[in-house]
Amino acid sequence: MSTPYAKLPAWADYGLIPLINLAVAFIVAGFVVLLVGENPLRAAAILVEGAFGRGQGIAFTLYYATTFIFTGLSVAVAVHCGLFNIGTEGQAYIAGLGVAVVCLTFDATLPWWLTFPLATLAAAAMGALWALLPAYLQAKRGSHIVITTIMFNFIAASIMVYLLVGMLKPPGSMAPQTRIFLEGAQLPKLNWVIELFGARVRSAPLNISFLLALLMAFLTWVLIWRTRLGYEIRTYGHSPKAARYAGISETRIIIITMMISGALGGMMALNPTMGDQHNVAIDFVSGAGFVGIAVALMGRSHPVGIVLAAILFGMLYQGGAELAFEMPAISRDMIVIIQGLVILFAGALEHMFRPSIQALFASFSPKSVGMAATKGKGA
Amino acid sequence: MDIFNIIIQTLDSTLRLSVPLLLACLAGLYSERSGIFDIGLEGKMLVGAFAGAAAASVFHSAFIGLGMAILISISFAMIHGFASITHRGNQIVSGVAINFIAAGSTVILGQAWFQQGGRTPALAEGERFSPITLPGADAVKDIPVLGHLYSELLSGHSLIAYIAFAMVPITWWVLYRTRFGLRLRAVGENPAAVDTAGISVTWLRYRALLCTGVLTGLAGAYLSMTQNGGFVKDMTAGKGYIALAALIFAKWKPVNAMFACLLFGFLDALAIRLQGTPLPIIGKVPVQFMQALPYILTVVLLAGFIGKAIPPRAGGVPYVKER
Repeated sequence: MSTPYAKLPAWADYGLIPLINLAVAFIVAGFVVLLVGENPLRAAAILVEGAFGRGQGIAFTLYYATTFIFTGLSVAVAVHCGLFNIGTEGQAYIAGLGVAVVCLTFDATLPWWLTFPLATLAAAAMGALWALLPAYLQAKRGSHIVITTIMFNFIAASIMVYLLVGMLKPPGSMAPQTRIFLEGAQLPKLNWVIELFGARVRSAPLNISFLLALLMAFLTWVLIWRTRLGYEIRTYGHSPKAARYAGISETRIIIITMMISGALGGMMALNPTMGDQHNVAIDFVSGAGFVGIAVALMGRSHPVGIVLAAILFGMLYQGGAELAFEMPAISRDMIVIIQGLVILFAGALEHMFRPSIQALFASFSPKSVGMAATKGKGA
Repeated sequence: MDIFNIIIQTLDSTLRLSVPLLLACLAGLYSERSGIFDIGLEGKMLVGAFAGAAAASVFHSAFIGLGMAILISISFAMIHGFASITHRGNQIVSGVAINFIAAGSTVILGQAWFQQGGRTPALAEGERFSPITLPGADAVKDIPVLGHLYSELLSGHSLIAYIAFAMVPITWWVLYRTRFGLRLRAVGENPAAVDTAGISVTWLRYRALLCTGVLTGLAGAYLSMTQNGGFVKDMTAGKGYIALAALIFAKWKPVNAMFACLLFGFLDALAIRLQGTPLPIIGKVPVQFMQALPYILTVVLLAGFIGKAIPPRAGGVPYVKER
């Protein structure tokens, strides 16, 4: 097989191209804003101001980012193995069941610092279990994991709706959600950290699971680049054939990777439930699993990139809420468009600008793209 | 009401519910048979539904609406082609992107243009596709069983519904009896061989996506201009994914696709009808279980317990011409 695209220096590959793709996505989004009859520059200003202008905004931005770090890592771990886990959404949703069971059982008796690890384990376990079957089917039966995980998203949604309108709902209540968790299952807020820097936070749901997300990002980095298992995952992702020759068990690596991916996705459930709403409600994931795809793509599946991309999307969510308030023509759905455009330009069309950039680099300095300097000979 | 009428009514709603599935499923069939995975069926249906309802209410014509639905749906299919054929991007990622862009833009534009919270204005009589009474349906109405079947079940659907079922033999014929169909199937199995024969893989795949766009446009138009008198936010509600499941269930074959869609449509109709009513022996079946059944069945099929679903071999792999 011929390699379709030439090499670029690392900083261009990991910095310049994603930035160009992102810029194009935002320019196209700007056109949509124009089409709706608003000023895109003013919209962008409101968005950034809303996300970072005040302590309150920053706290909300980081709260949303927490969710997206988990889902982004979940997608990214699978990507390293060459698997496309589109099922993070369902894995996170079903993990809500684990959180609900732990919280409803222990919130009256245990303090939060015991409930939190228990709920984390339960969420991770449920997420991992929900990824297990698609992984097994991919490894043993060759069923395409994209299709099975899509199906599992819908099955998860059906199960959760069934439970939330039935067993998990407190008797006498109409709303499809669990009862409010007691203090033992409410996570402490982190808003004081932002207040340390002099900003004021009235009330924002930023909580301790943000730290868990950062820890998970670090552990993912360790896993992928510093362990034997990570090496095997990357080997399999690059070339399943090479991995087979190296004696790596295909079944084992697919199942383990997907379960890690599912566990990371599952932990997302902690943030909106224990951290913010203090209950498990219907549709609490609300697309965060799919945002994870955009985050992982933009972050180039590297934990540092993912944290940055997650903060960017957190900014979009928080700033978008402010934007919807200031410009009634632009609702929160604008973010969905931007998300789609980022996925399109940073994901599917990631190579669109590569040939021209590569040509540009080649004309300035042939060495940087791995070509021998041929001009020097004649002169 | 007697049992016969209940059966007729359930089957009638089965037909109605399976039309959009069938159109989307056949749409997916063209693209997947050419080697382009398409999980963006959902999004293309959604933009089709929006464009159709919006144009119909602005121009007061159902046919302009239909044309617009097809046009916009095709343009989204072309974006998918541009990303996954021309730029050899990841087809799954591109499909996800299309679903997002569709979900967001239909609401934003709908709100900006019509100010009804993302809905389009309710369509009047001439702006939507109304039921067509088949010739002689009224005459045979009183003949027991057969006449009843004809007038109640087969007659009285909209134009798009009849197009949908006509597309099944047409697709079969195109796929298995024309030169285009032969090449389409070949390019999904072994694009290098097609290329060697001097046929452009790129052009062939773009034409396949064109068919996909037309059919998803029809599916969308059916949703917003027949089933519902206007566009509502997220009105596809996962139908694109059920169509995808049906496509796998049908093993990428047109006639099977019809039966798979009818089955899934029947499950849906049954779920609506059985809401809350207990069944003999089994007892009360949760609605959620009925709704999840198409997905569960597809997973079981994929697991290889009911036959084996083998996708087109070149599916999902961008074609790199040798240099």
